[in-house]
Amino acid sequence: MYKKSVRGELILGNKSYAQITEDVLRHQESEPKWYSAPKWWWAAFIFFFILLAVGLGYFVPLTIAKGIGMWGNNNQNAWGWAIINFVWWIGIGHAGTAFSIFLLVLRQKWRTSINRAAEAMTIFAVMAAGLFPAIHVGRPWDEFFIFPYGPNSRGLWVNWNSPLLWDVLAITTYLTTSFLFWYMGMLPDFATIRERSTGVKKKVFWALSFGFVGHLKTWRRFEDAVIILGGLAAPLVISVHSIVSTDFSASVLPGWHETIFPPFFVVGAIFSGFAMVLTLMIIIRKVYKLHEYVTDDHLDAIARIIIFVSLIMGSAYLIELFIAWYSSNMYEEYVFDETYLTGDYAVPYWAMFIFNAIVPQLFWFKKIRRNLTTLFIISIIINIGMWLERYNIVIPPTAQDFLPANWSEYSPTIVDIGIYLGTIGLFGVGVLLFMRYLPIMAMNELKQQAKRQTELTEEKSVYDIFEKKLVK
Amino acid sequence: MKKYWRSLEELDLIREGKALEGTEEFPTDGLSKEEIKQRYIANRRDFLKLLGFSTAYAVAATSCQQPVRKAIPYLVRPNNVTPGVADYYATVMHDGYEFAPLLAKVRDGRPIKVEPNDDYAFSGTTARHQASVLDLYDTARLQHPLKNGKKTDWKTIDKEITAKLDELKNAGQKVYFITSSLASPSFEKLLGQFIEKYPNVEPVFVDPVSYSGISKAHKNLFGTEVVPAYRFDRADVIAGFNADFLGTWLSPVEFSAQYAKTRDLTGGHKKMSKHYQFESLMSLTGSNADHRVIIKPAQEKKLLLKLYNALAQATGKPAIDGAPDCKIKIDALIKDLLAAKGKSLVVSGTNDPAIQTLVAAINLMLDNYGKDKSVCVKRAFNLRGGDDTKALMALEEIKAGKVGGVIFHNINPVYEFGLNKDYAKSFKALKLSAAFTERKDETAANVTYVLANNHYLESWGDAQPYSNTFMLQQPAINKLWDTRQPQESLMKWAGISGDYHTFIQNYWKENLYGLVTGYKDFDDFWTSTLQKGFVEINTDQMEEPVDAETQAQVDAQHQAIADANPELKEKDPFAALQSMAGDLRAFQKPQGVELVVYEKVGMGAGKYANNPWLQELPDPITKVVWDNYVSVSPKMAEAKGWKQEDVVKVEGNGYAIELPVVIQPGQDDSTIGIAMGYGRQGAGPIGDGIGKSAMPFVRPSNGIRSYTRIPVKVSKTGKTYTIASTQIHHVMEGRDIVRETTLKDWMKNPKSGNEKHEYYKKKLKNITLYKYGYNPDDYPGHHWGMAIDLNKCTGCAACVIACQVENNIAIVGKEQVRRKRIMHWLRIDRYYSQEENKLYSPMKDNPEVVHQPVMCQHCDNAPCENVCPVAATPHTREGLNSMAYNRCIGTRYCMNNCPYKVRRFNWFNFVEGGDYPYLFGDEVKRMVLNPDVVVRQRGVVEKCTMCVQRIQAGKLQAKAEGRQLKDGEIQLACEQACPTGAIVFGDTNMPDARIIKLFDDDRSYGLLEELHTLPSVVYMTKVRNKEHVDFDFGLEAEAKEDAQKEHKA
Repeated sequence: MYKKSVRGELILGNKSYAQITEDVLRHQESEPKWYSAPKWWWAAFIFFFILLAVGLGYFVPLTIAKGIGMWGNNNQNAWGWAIINFVWWIGIGHAGTAFSIFLLVLRQKWRTSINRAAEAMTIFAVMAAGLFPAIHVGRPWDEFFIFPYGPNSRGLWVNWNSPLLWDVLAITTYLTTSFLFWYMGMLPDFATIRERSTGVKKKVFWALSFGFVGHLKTWRRFEDAVIILGGLAAPLVISVHSIVSTDFSASVLPGWHETIFPPFFVVGAIFSGFAMVLTLMIIIRKVYKLHEYVTDDHLDAIARIIIFVSLIMGSAYLIELFIAWYSSNMYEEYVFDETYLTGDYAVPYWAMFIFNAIVPQLFWFKKIRRNLTTLFIISIIINIGMWLERYNIVIPPTAQDFLPANWSEYSPTIVDIGIYLGTIGLFGVGVLLFMRYLPIMAMNELKQQAKRQTELTEEKSVYDIFEKKLVK
Repeated sequence: MKKYWRSLEELDLIREGKALEGTEEFPTDGLSKEEIKQRYIANRRDFLKLLGFSTAYAVAATSCQQPVRKAIPYLVRPNNVTPGVADYYATVMHDGYEFAPLLAKVRDGRPIKVEPNDDYAFSGTTARHQASVLDLYDTARLQHPLKNGKKTDWKTIDKEITAKLDELKNAGQKVYFITSSLASPSFEKLLGQFIEKYPNVEPVFVDPVSYSGISKAHKNLFGTEVVPAYRFDRADVIAGFNADFLGTWLSPVEFSAQYAKTRDLTGGHKKMSKHYQFESLMSLTGSNADHRVIIKPAQEKKLLLKLYNALAQATGKPAIDGAPDCKIKIDALIKDLLAAKGKSLVVSGTNDPAIQTLVAAINLMLDNYGKDKSVCVKRAFNLRGGDDTKALMALEEIKAGKVGGVIFHNINPVYEFGLNKDYAKSFKALKLSAAFTERKDETAANVTYVLANNHYLESWGDAQPYSNTFMLQQPAINKLWDTRQPQESLMKWAGISGDYHTFIQNYWKENLYGLVTGYKDFDDFWTSTLQKGFVEINTDQMEEPVDAETQAQVDAQHQAIADANPELKEKDPFAALQSMAGDLRAFQKPQGVELVVYEKVGMGAGKYANNPWLQELPDPITKVVWDNYVSVSPKMAEAKGWKQEDVVKVEGNGYAIELPVVIQPGQDDSTIGIAMGYGRQGAGPIGDGIGKSAMPFVRPSNGIRSYTRIPVKVSKTGKTYTIASTQIHHVMEGRDIVRETTLKDWMKNPKSGNEKHEYYKKKLKNITLYKYGYNPDDYPGHHWGMAIDLNKCTGCAACVIACQVENNIAIVGKEQVRRKRIMHWLRIDRYYSQEENKLYSPMKDNPEVVHQPVMCQHCDNAPCENVCPVAATPHTREGLNSMAYNRCIGTRYCMNNCPYKVRRFNWFNFVEGGDYPYLFGDEVKRMVLNPDVVVRQRGVVEKCTMCVQRIQAGKLQAKAEGRQLKDGEIQLACEQACPTGAIVFGDTNMPDARIIKLFDDDRSYGLLEELHTLPSVVYMTKVRNKEHVDFDFGLEAEAKEDAQKEHKA
């Protein structure tokens, strides 16, 4: 529920509707040709495209041609970087949907300036994440075995006991829903662009907007659809990472076999997602000079959420340690007491602890929360910290499990690193294309917000106005 | 044109004159000429259409064609061959290096595996025997004879060599026939006949690894130069001094089997032998000892002297005066040995006549010599009859060019004696130089004629390992290449007609048939021996002296000793001992850092260096593969500032090598060890250049090669070298993975050490998240299980290779092993004991060692099964955890969730060969693959199947014969290879099965049973026959003493 007295003005500068459209679309309408873009855009695009081309154009085919042996995985650490990166990207992919949907359902109107970019980020992050399970299997050409496939001429069925199967289903559902939600939100904005453009561009956006015309009925249905889809997607945010976490917690390994994992994973995902939103919004605000839309208050709100989530993370780490001690399970005790705290994996563990549980506490200081540089640096630190958390989950428990004779050392190869950079390239290219060609902010929602904060009394939504008018 | 009618109707038509008009396929009625032309003449368009179609079709058709693979079926089935059914032929592996009575398993004409001949007492195999079958298909073997390194044929060889032999005979120039111990009666006779023809030929016997010390010692004491037969099963107390008799010393298979017999605590046995081991390096044998004491190599002699004098005092024999003082306390050992007089055994692995003489005298005092005792001279061990002194003299003469020629047979002295270039070059300078060899090895590279040997599976032969045991060797396959067994060459050169097969038959007819009874005729004797593989001659006859001549020699030698020492009037070994007392009491001074060159369980003397199975076999102690290294103790490494993988330079005897350091607990602090058998330069593409040769360090002392006490200088080079080891964590961290107890505790309480088993069994009964778990109703038929007795397992790793051979398991190479991707389905975990048996406590300086074979445990509540998304690893109704390779997509979830980590992933397409040519590299090598076991594509997970193909074959056999399966009928590859019988496989649903008793034994437990995985494999507690508290062996006092003496000197 938006209350001006609490949140202040979310759009500065008393914008009119026309101005909002102008501001959001200025950067793409100012380009003379469909392929022209500013120099910084090209520089960034080429950089990320090279990462994408080398990582996914060379190292992925190399893996598929030669085998998983190209990676650092071994018989003890059967899962390596691929799964770390998978979980990391899925976590980032939580941002958009969590941000957008939770705030939508909770009627937090400050989401309006940010949700579009966050949702786009989700799509690209989930695409990057989805790549890993696909290339991670030993025989990708037989991957379809994993789908419960109807007219089953093979006479075989999948194993519903396996968390991995649920994992596949959850991720595909999540990707589909996230994409629909994102796309649907863009329909009115596509229509706006369609009306403002000519030639081929008009045709393209005509097709993309699915004939959205802005009738009252259309708006009504649109709003309903968004809220229903949002309601459907909200549990998915919880379920996806919970199911990902069962890949670990349903196993028998010390350090994996933990009931805390589902909430721990979801919170971790939201944590990393918010950090990534922060990183991205600071950049977008800077390059497109949108500080009137993404205000310091917006960033401040994100930072506050991060403090809260970081506290949950910190307590989850402490609970894990406590339970390891309290359980008196010698294997569990060893993994936490020896492997993590003082042993071979102490450096990543403590780095994770400091990055995720301690550094974000700096946001208690208003100065730090309102300083773009510190915000940006800390958001990057959190992302590194969250990568390390996944490293600590995937590698040490298998490296030092039950039988000490098996214990091993794991190190990634250049192919592992290349594919990881490749997914960063995929993400970067996706985000850049989004920034150049699509409406980076939800114009229709911004306009509603502008209206709300200038004309309407508090606690009244657009519906109320419309309904009043209709009654009249 | 003649017209035929097609039916009666048509005939009518023809008769009516209407026939066949206008009945063309395409009627042209009513068409103009142009139109007809249009129709029948192809125009340009049609042509192009056709051309296009046919080209496209041809391309499509040819591009889809499968590669042609030849499979030629039998047109006429050969006799005695049923395609798809294996035949077994009893044969003998006997090539001067390894010896074992074996059964060769032949499938469709190809030997694919060797198995122990279980009819023979104390049978079993080592890793080397198991791996030997791959050498048959090794294309690096010589495929034809060579002359000056170039291909030639046997005719030329025969012509030229006989011409040269004749020439040398006429000139009266000596020709040395340097050979490894023959131990083959027919070959010895043949050699005799050859020498008759060429009296200038002088045979010299020498072994790859010398045991001359033992035979010299027996000559000193008893007058016969003989290596006696040792019987560890007749010893209640065993004391080993640097003798790795379970791993490499003399006849490890027999010794392991005998040793295990004394350590069997199943089936109501309550007695166990007590094993003391005094050694400088950590050997496999030491790792199994009840009490293991670290001594310096230099201390061995004075320790034995001390033991000798103490026993002499107790038995009233003359002591050796002036023995150097020894502070090492061995009261416990003396007490035990005296208590077990006549039932004990002391052995030493040091190749030094003085030490061996002491050992022999100690055994004599302890009354251990005799027909039914632990040492038997009459039943001599013939396989290591080499004489170093003579061989070294011969080599010197060759180097000096004093002889006319040399023929080497099954020996590679250039490598094994570490000969330098001067020696090697001298061979070719002789008029005749030839080598019988399987490979173009270091010696073969330096001779004129290289005579390509058959593999043992391609040859006829016989063997006499012990005086009373005769064995027959028969080929299991026709020769693969243009090779010839040495005996046939000698027959040709000596002008003996016929083939060697007939020669053996004649020998057996003339010499052995008379000694046996109970056969119809010779053919019956021959056929049944050939089937059985060996025959034992009544041992009573062996009690007689072998022949009068030998007896006369013995007498003469005794006389000589007596003459030299006039005070000795009688033939008393102890008197002989006194006569050499000076030699015996000579103090061996520690010489700073001393090197011991030792044999590795897998590699031995290095003949099989090109065998990738052996190269990739983890050393039972260090677990290192594909390399040799300098092993040093942790203290020494710390003092010198060396770390694991640091490269050090070892200099000594005018030779220097650089090798990486491997830190080995339980080793003496001033001794380093380097394994022999590496650094080969003629083994083949796989073995060449792996490791460095330590042989040149070995220098003769008193005419006998001495592998120990080599003074060396060791310095750090600053380089590092990566080592591939399959195990990098060495302690159990207080986990009860290997449960252990002492004999005393076990006698009091059979559950001792295994107390938790009962608790878990009760507490965890039927707790499971999933519906299934162990429910007898789920397994109505068989339920397979396995019991592994950790008290019998010595860790020799024969099972590892047997499993690999049986199941077509890929060999992955050093780099992949380093990255922990070894494919072995069966591995042996080795743990060192900690100071206190709990978390984080440090490793002991002299740790106790346990070995634990781990393979898939076939859990009835398997964690791997429920996590596979595609259901590729289901549980069978017979309790097996099965693996459907075709179904597997390789998510590797099962590998992560296996608490035992026994699952293996095909990280690359190993079956394709390519970068991994070790097993699948070429068509010839692939012949060794077991057709009953599918090879695995890349990207699938594999693991132990409990040899499901053998289970299936056994069941089918029983079904075909219309009977129930018998217990023990199905033997798994690991179980079969095991010389100690530590592994027992069976059906836990069979009421009287051996395995039921083992499962119910109080020593049995499941590995990680607290996880409630319900494994079908049980382990049995290891029992050590020792006191609770370690003895004070006074080692520190001794070290100080030595240091002072060194200082004085």
